[in-house]
Amino acid sequence: MKKYYLLIVAVCLANTLLAQIDPSLLRRTPKDTSGTQMNMDAIYNRPFLQMGKLPVAVGGYVEANYQYLKQDGISEGHQFQMRRLTLFVSSSIYKRIKFLSEIEFEDGTKEINIEFASVDFEFSPLLNFRGGVVMNPIGAFNQNHDGPKWEFIDRPISATQMLPATWSNVGFGVFGKKYAKDWVYAYEAYLTNGFDDQIINNADGKTFLPASKTNPERFEESFNGSPLFTGKVAVKNRKIGEIGLSYMGGIYNKYEDDGLVLDKKRQLNVFAVDFNTTLPKTNTFINGEWAWVHVDVPDTYTEQFGRKQQGGYVDIVQPVIKKPMMGFENAVLNLALRLEYVDWNKGTFKSTGGNISDDVFAIVPAVSFRPTAQTVIRFNYRRHTQHDLLGNPPAKLGGFQFGFSTYF
Amino acid sequence: MAKKWVVMGSLITIIVAALACEKMLPKAPADDEILDGPVEGLTGEQHQMFLRGDIAFNDDVFTKENGLGPLFVSTSCGSCHAGDGKGHPFTTLTRFGQSDSTGNHFLHQGGPQLQNRAVPSFMPEQIPPGATFSKFTPPANTGLGFLDAVPDNTLLSMADEHDADGDGVSGRVNWITLPAYITYRPGTVEKNNKYIGRFGKKAAVYDLMQQTANAYNQDMGIVSSYEPYDSYLHEDLDPEVTNQKVLDLVFYLRTLKAPIQRNQNDAEVINGKQLFINVGCAKCHTPELKTGDYSIAALANKTFQPYTDLLLHDMGSGLNDGYTEGSAHAEDWRTPALWGLGLSKRSQGKQYFLLHDGRATTIEQAITAHGGEGQGSNNRFQQLSASDKAQLIKFLESL
Repeated sequence: MKKYYLLIVAVCLANTLLAQIDPSLLRRTPKDTSGTQMNMDAIYNRPFLQMGKLPVAVGGYVEANYQYLKQDGISEGHQFQMRRLTLFVSSSIYKRIKFLSEIEFEDGTKEINIEFASVDFEFSPLLNFRGGVVMNPIGAFNQNHDGPKWEFIDRPISATQMLPATWSNVGFGVFGKKYAKDWVYAYEAYLTNGFDDQIINNADGKTFLPASKTNPERFEESFNGSPLFTGKVAVKNRKIGEIGLSYMGGIYNKYEDDGLVLDKKRQLNVFAVDFNTTLPKTNTFINGEWAWVHVDVPDTYTEQFGRKQQGGYVDIVQPVIKKPMMGFENAVLNLALRLEYVDWNKGTFKSTGGNISDDVFAIVPAVSFRPTAQTVIRFNYRRHTQHDLLGNPPAKLGGFQFGFSTYF
Repeated sequence: MAKKWVVMGSLITIIVAALACEKMLPKAPADDEILDGPVEGLTGEQHQMFLRGDIAFNDDVFTKENGLGPLFVSTSCGSCHAGDGKGHPFTTLTRFGQSDSTGNHFLHQGGPQLQNRAVPSFMPEQIPPGATFSKFTPPANTGLGFLDAVPDNTLLSMADEHDADGDGVSGRVNWITLPAYITYRPGTVEKNNKYIGRFGKKAAVYDLMQQTANAYNQDMGIVSSYEPYDSYLHEDLDPEVTNQKVLDLVFYLRTLKAPIQRNQNDAEVINGKQLFINVGCAKCHTPELKTGDYSIAALANKTFQPYTDLLLHDMGSGLNDGYTEGSAHAEDWRTPALWGLGLSKRSQGKQYFLLHDGRATTIEQAITAHGGEGQGSNNRFQQLSASDKAQLIKFLESL
């Protein structure tokens, strides 16, 4: 798969080089600006570059940053980071059959992941079939995670450290949309491979859904043979905004092997609500997500492993200057604020009845400059307050981050 | 045009000012507010070993893939000793099976430690019928190297097994049998092939090497070349942790700094210390000890203030759980060091869980639970005025 992908990329890049000789051969694929785009459309709502009449379009984004953080007075010093280089390739195989793939290189080449690689068959706007490596539509961030779309350098903690964004799996499903005047109704439903028992058997020593991402086998086989269901319904009003409700659930443990019963089936359930809106008078963009995780943890594990988790974030982005600046015709300067919270262990200790903490609260004020809609230069100040399981005096983290993210 | 440059200039100024402003970054807590950190005087090489041990203690989390269990109490060292401080009832462990000096009669049934957690598909241990047991709250780790470096003769000099001075306080050492991997400290005293224990609630552990190897084995189900016996399979297994890692961790425990007393010059704290001595607490909670020759130069021949004599004392029937270790009686408990007591809330979830099993949630409750050899001091404490009691407790909280 990777070989073919690299071949396609190489061909496209070669063509792009040729196109530099004759730029008229290159064209941007038109972007939907109708206002009916939803979070579920994020994977296609990206700038692509197409070469002549070739049915293949390529794109991607890159993000890099500098940061200086301190936790309780101790710093790792000045850090320069190449967070991500992501490449997209899309192709119209036939009139209503499309292929799109996304490969991401994180932290240089520390992690290389196929985040998305699926074929969509459109039978009608209300009924599309998708198969391949899909991004499970839990919350909004998982599907709508491209760096250039955000004013913040770090991804939301709840999306990446409680929910496992970016969370992709092999599977199949259907999705569709129905339009009615200013309203759009949408749904998605997928069956995919899913989690494994690393969510309670990991180096973090707590219930941690992202631990399952380290299992590369999930693209080849299901850990326990039970599919993970992910479904989402969303509604959007062109003037008001979008709200989505999503669910992801399935059996996460290996309950039998070679016909022998090993354990009872243990269920994982995740519920999420997401929303976004733009206030009409001030043009303030508000975007957020909240999720609840329920895990059937064995009774032989202590309260160290959370049975319930919850968390989310809200981003407020206020454009303050929107006019040509320094030769950029559509430049925008934003002020932004993110508030985020995660409780990895919601419950009480059996021994004392006291509250289990294991939570983090973060506030991230930001300034971002967008010379174009596809590029963001951002400056963040980050402040965390994180409690351990027992609720002892919190670890305090704070610092500055500066960087950029841009589609190319 | 001018406005644009004003805006951009302002932004750059804000960013540069912010980057330059250390005040916007979290400060380090004061040294006397935290328990972790190395002793002064370590070499660069020793600092590296300390850091490796710190990682082994606080960051290494065991899973079934790297050896956890299958029966265990905890998945990492740090999960029971938050910030190297005292533990919480949630992390309390249970020992069972020995009620007198004749030894543990339940070793074949999983004794002495109850491994009450298990990886999926396995059943954790239960306390066998007829076995007595006691719950042990994890102690703080700080200053352990100083305690390790006190010569055996110092302990023997403080012991008064038959209360020859007639003050109602005796104190004796726990003579224990040592595993073969132990390296004796300078001046080790031997009697009938037994040695003096000084660590653990019952002083049944000789040194930090034995403590560490036992904790890997009994707390996390990790066998090492030092303790290769798997208590679930009842077989010796290949090591699941390297010798280097064990040694690094032992070095970390040896070189954690001693807690630093706060408000030492406060008049009430000074008065509280005098009251502490007057009511007789200091007879067991010895304010000052001195280390002898030791393999780590930074710990050798140092005077320090742990408030313990490292001896066993009869604490009366109220604290007798019917369980014991080594040659200690069931009512005997090793005097716990009081240094760091005032910082316990920082590791116990903003509240106290004191005494061996965390049953006391205030210092006053802990004092008034003293019986046996501690009864006299308890009585004298209770006769103090409310103001004097408050000063004595303020002194203890300054430790």
